[in-house]
Amino acid sequence: MEQSVPVVELAGITKRFPGIVANDDISLDLRKGEIHALLGENGAGKSTLMSILFGLYQPDEGEIRVNGKAVKIDGAGKAIELGIGMVHQHFKLVQPFTVAENIVLGVEPVRGLSIHLKQANEKVRELSARYGLKVDPLVKVQDISVGMQQRVEILKTLYRGAEILIFDEPTAVLTVQEIQELMQILRQLAGEGKSIILITHKLKEIMEVSDRVTIIRRGKVVGTVRTAETSESQLAEMMVGRRVSFDVNKEKREPGPVVLEVENLTVAGGERGTHAVDGVSLRIREGEILGLAGVDGNGQHELVEALAGLRPAIGGRIALNGADVTRLPTKARIEAGLASIPEDRQKHGLVLDFTLSENMVLGSTERRRFFGGGFLKDKEIDAYAKKLVADFDVRSAGVHSRARSLSGGNQQKAIIARELERHPKLIVAVQPTRGLDIGAIEFVHERLLQARSEGKAILLISYELDELYKLSDRIQVISGGRIMGEVDPELGEDDDKIGLMMAGQASNDQGGGAA
Amino acid sequence: MAMLADLINSTLVFSAALIFAALGGVFSERSGVFNIGLEGMMTAGAFTAAIGTYYVQEAGGSGASPWIGLLCGIGAGTLFALLHAYATVTVKADQTIVGVVINILALAVTLYLVKFMFEGAGDTPLLDETFSMAAIPGLADIPFIGQAFFNNYPTTYLAYVLVPLSAYLLFRTPFGLRLRAVGEHPGAADTVGINVTKYRYIGVLISGALAGLGGATIVLTTTSNFAHNTISGQGFIAIAALIFGRWNPYGVFGAAFFFGMAQAVRIFITQFEFAAHIPNEFLYMLPYVLTLLVLAGVVGSVRGPSAAGTPYDPSKR
Repeated sequence: MEQSVPVVELAGITKRFPGIVANDDISLDLRKGEIHALLGENGAGKSTLMSILFGLYQPDEGEIRVNGKAVKIDGAGKAIELGIGMVHQHFKLVQPFTVAENIVLGVEPVRGLSIHLKQANEKVRELSARYGLKVDPLVKVQDISVGMQQRVEILKTLYRGAEILIFDEPTAVLTVQEIQELMQILRQLAGEGKSIILITHKLKEIMEVSDRVTIIRRGKVVGTVRTAETSESQLAEMMVGRRVSFDVNKEKREPGPVVLEVENLTVAGGERGTHAVDGVSLRIREGEILGLAGVDGNGQHELVEALAGLRPAIGGRIALNGADVTRLPTKARIEAGLASIPEDRQKHGLVLDFTLSENMVLGSTERRRFFGGGFLKDKEIDAYAKKLVADFDVRSAGVHSRARSLSGGNQQKAIIARELERHPKLIVAVQPTRGLDIGAIEFVHERLLQARSEGKAILLISYELDELYKLSDRIQVISGGRIMGEVDPELGEDDDKIGLMMAGQASNDQGGGAA
Repeated sequence: MAMLADLINSTLVFSAALIFAALGGVFSERSGVFNIGLEGMMTAGAFTAAIGTYYVQEAGGSGASPWIGLLCGIGAGTLFALLHAYATVTVKADQTIVGVVINILALAVTLYLVKFMFEGAGDTPLLDETFSMAAIPGLADIPFIGQAFFNNYPTTYLAYVLVPLSAYLLFRTPFGLRLRAVGEHPGAADTVGINVTKYRYIGVLISGALAGLGGATIVLTTTSNFAHNTISGQGFIAIAALIFGRWNPYGVFGAAFFFGMAQAVRIFITQFEFAAHIPNEFLYMLPYVLTLLVLAGVVGSVRGPSAAGTPYDPSKR
């Protein structure tokens, strides 16, 4: 197999966007039947490269060869014709269509002028049986789970006769069990002779399933290694460009009095008339990090909004430092000691077209300090911003540069600086490291642990189990708006137990109220 | 019973134009483009049908003249739709604003042309010949049903054909599946090689053609000429019928029938004595009041195509 012509060769691919070189002379080859991981940090250029292979972008330089022949891929249609299929990170599925309709879209079997639906359903059943991808062709996509939707995406490519499959961050939206199933599917597809490119930044998955890894950093290939001959720490080092410490120093600490007490909180907004948050009770004490695990969309957003006072509670009670804040507006809660690091830093964390200075005093409750006589005290504000920027190492072209011009990591640092500087009692952090590179992640983790040492209570909501294990004192799992149970991270990682709870099974020792 | 049959009969006269325009709206919105410009496209269709028919008659053509007028109306609607498609799909302008502009533009241009062509007159001359009611042999003899449904204008029969035809196109053919995919999730369509721009153009152009047909129908069956108030909001009522009918051709037929009846009642009621005590203005208001009520009751609870109203930006795929 080693000697045969690679199914795909990318030779010297360069792609420039205004201001950056996304791909700089990248070469890569994919062999038949192999799982080739493409590893790199956010913004390293992985997705751009694969978009080029799938015909969504045109390279400025370089050549693509499929089965040894140079090709020009000028659209998704052409890529499909060449046997290339892509499973996108954000599924490309039409929600009100059935599974079969989604799969045949664009290549519909016809009888006369009509779509031959019977034949479509039959073919989908056949394919799904052959590859062990269980789906029902007749149900609507809007009614099936995320894991199932991903199988539909895979079937879409197989239906079009794809021999080369690109998976773009396929595990980002899956539960632990679904990830295991996907790994199984990947191995089976490779076993059938399909060649697979797996885009990811998760080292564990690479070690588990891939044959070779190509590492990309800042648009350039750092190297290609055999998975069997490497280790997670070597890969991390190649990805980041320096040694990475996976350990954090979490000092032992006895938590103090209760800061946040949530009792039986119920929030409207679930699908089909259910409650998005359904009777959740939480307690977080001083100097304690409570991690909340769960698959995206299980009530986390609504819970956070209810805590912040952005969404009304229809039942239950929220107390901050013993005072009932359930009916208080957001501002009063901030004054009572609430700080939040929102999930979408660009939408909810910063006003992108404001300067860094202005963003630093957004929502500030110290009116007299920054405002006077109906005007902003610019000097005072700038001095304050400069201090924060220095303390939190926010790199920018100055406090008068627009928040938009900062990198993601520096935007996040700015938000953390603003929120922590208010000396809150409770910090609600949602996905605080989403989309950050390893250096920035380390910084955020350090700061959260430091805040913990200072006696702040922290609610950490994350979809990354590793992050939760690393930082949390306790981990609770939310599914369908209910708390399914609790795990003690001190007792070691227990993915299976958390995975089951994430999938909606209440843990035995907790009982929970789940069906 | 005979009275009810008559009411249904004249309801269908008024409904036909609404059915055409609302069906047009179905194609456009199913492809992901709001068409607030239906009113303007109907206006353009009505005007062009009126002058097309008029000049053919002036030139000595008679029997075929309404048919030629009808084709002119379809053409004019399509032309305005081309403008709409270019602005919303190619240039990605705000769909609502473009629609409003189309409405204002169509009314202004047609009124200007009427004054220009007919020496300052406010409306076009009355046509000598328009469509006439024709009974369908056999079917028209069925008691009640015959009088209610099969003794009507050719345009009404055309509506009978276009409703199931549209439903077939949308829900049974590859074309329809792709058009709907483009309206629900253009990124999904694009990544399987479907040309989003092409399908949106087709959707908008069909809507213009059908709205033009609707405008022409009003001239050639009810008003016999074109004036500033020939359409007077029927394009908006068609949008209401589109929503009330849940973007489905059969639903649209039912909704348009309902709104058509509101117009028919105005004439129907005059045969009763009590009608003399109801101010005319109230009867004229009826279709619009019903539209408001229906939209207030229904709009919040129905969901149109997900991507309708949003220009497709491949970089946000």
